[in-house]
Amino acid sequence: MSFMPVLLWTDLLLFALIGACLVYARHAARHAHLAAPWLRVRASPTGMAAATVLLAFLGIGVLDSLHFRAALEAKPGSAAPPRYAVEVRSVLDLLAEAVLGRMAGKSEKTYSAPLATHGYARENVEKKLADGRVVQVREHPRLVAGGAHLADPARDRAADVALHAGRGVALGFVIWLALALALLAAAAARRGGGLGDAWRAAWQGAGATPWRAILLTLLVLCVAGGLIATLGSRYHLLGTDKVGQDVLYQALKSVRTALVIGTLTTLVMLPLGVLLGIAAGYFGGWIDDLIQYLYTTLNSIPGVLLIAAAVLMMQVTIDANPDWFSTAAERADFRLLALCFILGMMSWTGLCRLMRGETLKLRELEYVQAARAFGVSRLAIIVRHILPNVMHLVIISAVMDFSGMVLTEAVLSYVGVGVDPSMSSFGSMINAARLEMSREPMVWWSLAAAFVFMLSLVLAANLFADTVRDAFDPRLSSAGRRRGRAAGEAA
Amino acid sequence: MTQVLEVRDLDTRIDAGAHIVRPLDGVTLDIAAGETFAIVGESGCGKSMTALSIMRLLPESAWIERGAVRQDGRELLALPEYEMREVRGRRIGMIFQEPATSLNPVMTCGAQIIEVLERHRIAAGAAARARALDWLRRVGIPDPEARLDDYPFQLSGGMKQRVMIALALCSEPQLLIADEPTTALDVTIQAQILDLLAELQRANGMAILLITHDLGVVARMAHRVALMYAGEIIEIGTRESFFDRPLHPYAARLFAALPGRAHRGTPLVTIGGMVPALTGPFAGCRFAGRCDVALPHCSEEPPPWHPGPRGAAVHRARCHLLAGGAQAPVPAPVRAPAVPERAPATDPLLEVSGLKVHFPIRRGLFRRVVGHVRAVDGVSFSIGAGRTLALVGESGCGKTTVGKGLLQLIAPSAGAIRFAGRDLAGASRRAVRAARASMQIIFQDPFASLNPRMRVGDIIAEGMASFGLGGDAAGRDARAAALLAQVGLEPAARMRYPHEFSGGQRQRIAIARALAVDPRLIVCDEPTSALDVSVQAQILNLLAELQRSRGVAMLFITHNLAVVEHLADDIAVMYLGRIVESGRADEVLARPRHPYTQALLAAVPRIDAAPAAPADRRLLADPPSPAHPPAGCHFRARCPHARAQCATDYPAAVQVSPSHRVHCILAA
Repeated sequence: MSFMPVLLWTDLLLFALIGACLVYARHAARHAHLAAPWLRVRASPTGMAAATVLLAFLGIGVLDSLHFRAALEAKPGSAAPPRYAVEVRSVLDLLAEAVLGRMAGKSEKTYSAPLATHGYARENVEKKLADGRVVQVREHPRLVAGGAHLADPARDRAADVALHAGRGVALGFVIWLALALALLAAAAARRGGGLGDAWRAAWQGAGATPWRAILLTLLVLCVAGGLIATLGSRYHLLGTDKVGQDVLYQALKSVRTALVIGTLTTLVMLPLGVLLGIAAGYFGGWIDDLIQYLYTTLNSIPGVLLIAAAVLMMQVTIDANPDWFSTAAERADFRLLALCFILGMMSWTGLCRLMRGETLKLRELEYVQAARAFGVSRLAIIVRHILPNVMHLVIISAVMDFSGMVLTEAVLSYVGVGVDPSMSSFGSMINAARLEMSREPMVWWSLAAAFVFMLSLVLAANLFADTVRDAFDPRLSSAGRRRGRAAGEAA
Repeated sequence: MTQVLEVRDLDTRIDAGAHIVRPLDGVTLDIAAGETFAIVGESGCGKSMTALSIMRLLPESAWIERGAVRQDGRELLALPEYEMREVRGRRIGMIFQEPATSLNPVMTCGAQIIEVLERHRIAAGAAARARALDWLRRVGIPDPEARLDDYPFQLSGGMKQRVMIALALCSEPQLLIADEPTTALDVTIQAQILDLLAELQRANGMAILLITHDLGVVARMAHRVALMYAGEIIEIGTRESFFDRPLHPYAARLFAALPGRAHRGTPLVTIGGMVPALTGPFAGCRFAGRCDVALPHCSEEPPPWHPGPRGAAVHRARCHLLAGGAQAPVPAPVRAPAVPERAPATDPLLEVSGLKVHFPIRRGLFRRVVGHVRAVDGVSFSIGAGRTLALVGESGCGKTTVGKGLLQLIAPSAGAIRFAGRDLAGASRRAVRAARASMQIIFQDPFASLNPRMRVGDIIAEGMASFGLGGDAAGRDARAAALLAQVGLEPAARMRYPHEFSGGQRQRIAIARALAVDPRLIVCDEPTSALDVSVQAQILNLLAELQRSRGVAMLFITHNLAVVEHLADDIAVMYLGRIVESGRADEVLARPRHPYTQALLAAVPRIDAAPAAPADRRLLADPPSPAHPPAGCHFRARCPHARAQCATDYPAAVQVSPSHRVHCILAA
């Protein structure tokens, strides 16, 4: 099948960001003083378990960022250039179709509960009786895709679910075992030891990397994946929403939105906050006054109000220029990018204030004074002496802001000024749940799915951020705190 | 005598992540009632850890492995935390080094004392207030009624330390632990605080555990002295015996490393090598690796205690050399110095006249200038090529501002700076930049003066690159390597980062950085005050050697008169932004004419002099604020010889000799 790759703006920036992180990682690995705090992160079981979860989410996000347009079937023998579908799809869509089969996308008419075989609401159904008469009955209709393979759902469903759940767990375990062995083999090969030793050391908690925590987290993820593969291809594992779309699929698609908002906003925010903060702190005088005035003013306007106004203006622009975008996906993507930009423009103030304070402290330090005594230019002093010494604060605040941004997106989408309605996001799911929770009988699974996914993403990000902060703070060593606690208990 | 505190085989451990550090290893000591027991040692030897272990105030990553701490027969290490709180403050008081951070800034001084009195149920309500007032009076705070309701920020450093002492003593503990109580204070204030402690000890009969790195303070205060090295006490003795004839080679070398008049013009004795890492058990003597008189078995067997000539009760040390009543080893004689080639007083390289640096005080909505802090108020001096001028004064007198004003790191408000025939004050940026190549600065804190994110080689090459010296990058790198060799470091050090070096090594790197641009004048801003005695000796020797070989002039800014006595050619004494006395070093040191210089010299604690008589009470007053200098002579409020005339006019310069000038009417 031929296809045309589509590189949306957010894809490009996301890949650029990942690339930049990889370049930084290479750079840090070569410099002992840069690598040291990351080695402390690596030694933390909580941090590494959180990093494993984050990597899984990142994997989903990256797969969902590889976009393409499939080629339409050309007439055999025609020499015309291939034509491509208007619909932009991603590798994740393909994968979801392969794994979830008919469950992916919009397959039902409306709500259905998780693992259900029948719709959630009664409908008028025409039924042919044995004598050939057609009567109208009001009942829960059979689902088109969910549990369609069962001949008698009432009798077979429980056994079938149990069977496939068991198979899912087993599948997950097999995948996990393969993954764990591959990881440990790679680690052992780097150190030059045997796989058996590596396996034993991992479970005894020996060695620099907390493999036990990583592998246990991986086990949970693999089992979840196995369940999705077996149960998810036969039932709607997390039910369907109002228009009959699989909630699990929707939640998976929302991961990318959350990641893009969480990371790209930081990309907008960092240069503003860092540059303005350092400039204010280092130059002082009227530059400091101006920058302080700017962020104090910006801070005193209610954030949601400003963002709503900017988003609405941007929406008007998009609607007025439909010819800018060749596909609906591009339009939705532009809106997402604009949202990141607007959020970034609103949220640099905290970082800026932090940078200003730190620079005020650093500029009085003697190595900066020594550089001034050498007649080094001010720009060179900032680049060589100030910037490298505030980088640890930038890293900490970037990691900590990530989860805040994901939550902000949810709030904005809930208010209705978030991402494009055609784009899945946790905020939109929660927004829909507002009506679902108030109907009778209540539809709870949409909200629950958004809640579980967002909680695991944000919790993992927060735990990771905590580890990073501790690792970059030289006064706290986790070993020391452990020891202190043990001594306190002994006394 | 009854023992107030007995410490037996105390072992403390710190979890440093990668390995376990043993800051205390088998520390045993006794403190009798009413005595002052001093623990002395260089940084990192475990002296503060001893205090924290006794108080059970260790940081979270540290713990006591074994040992016993008995206070009045009670085992402190076995007490539950709530009973320990009763001991702290009530039985054992503690004062810390930094008075600025040991008082709560949002509570008044009185409230903090009353809190202690009420916590230990000594007094409450009006009685507690009266008692707090009484204590402020006893620690010599002027106008205690008003000070009772003052916040700590309204007091000077010396006053804060007095309040801290009142706070520690108001519950009348049997033992006071004073951890470097005067290190953050000026020398005249230090003398007052030490006198105060001695006086209170006589009145209350408490014991003092004095922890300090300053042998002069020990000589002035202690009854008995313990010398610590690498987590272990290696020598204990009475003050007289310890200072008369130290037993341990380390003690003897420490004494010889002290700068002062005696060693003028000759290199100081230095102790090679570094304190060993405290990460594992030691096989032999901890000092063996640095000891120049070590015996073959010194690094194999731990040395037992050997008594001194007057018996173990008076003086003993852990050293194999003392086995069988042998005599204490003397430090190897210093290599005979070349005849000190002091540069003759030629045409001045730098001439400063009427230098003023005023900082505006702004108030109100429109930030109007309502006054000036006169940090430097009309300073004139000159430095000849290849000579050393020491600028001496207490903190806040403006001596550092003079140095920064010279380098135009702070813009001077008025005055002329002539450097090698060119006028610098008010010169264009380009002219200033050109002059910076020939004037460099070495800072006090070797930990703050090197960028932690740059390699040593890049740090040294930065100045060369900025001035276009040393050719291309490879040429600069080769020069950096040569400079490192010159200051006594491996040339390979340029590939490493500053955090891998000790304080003394970092100061060497800072010196190499300053030398990289071939300056003709180096401003040394307290270059050794953050260093230990033995390291200080190395740096002073290095500076003297570089001055000899390169003919660099030095402006040596310091508060440490011993260092001044050791190396200065000329001395200028600053008080409140002005130079009150200047002249050749021998003139000023031998015949000081200004009462302030006399007070400064008298306040220096020395190891070779009998404890000085308590300082004149008038010196107790705080130095006036440079924002509102008093009319007339600035020093008159603290001067024991002040007359009516002093209150009206600032005394004119009196030329005592062609080179010796004093601003005091007494000298006229």
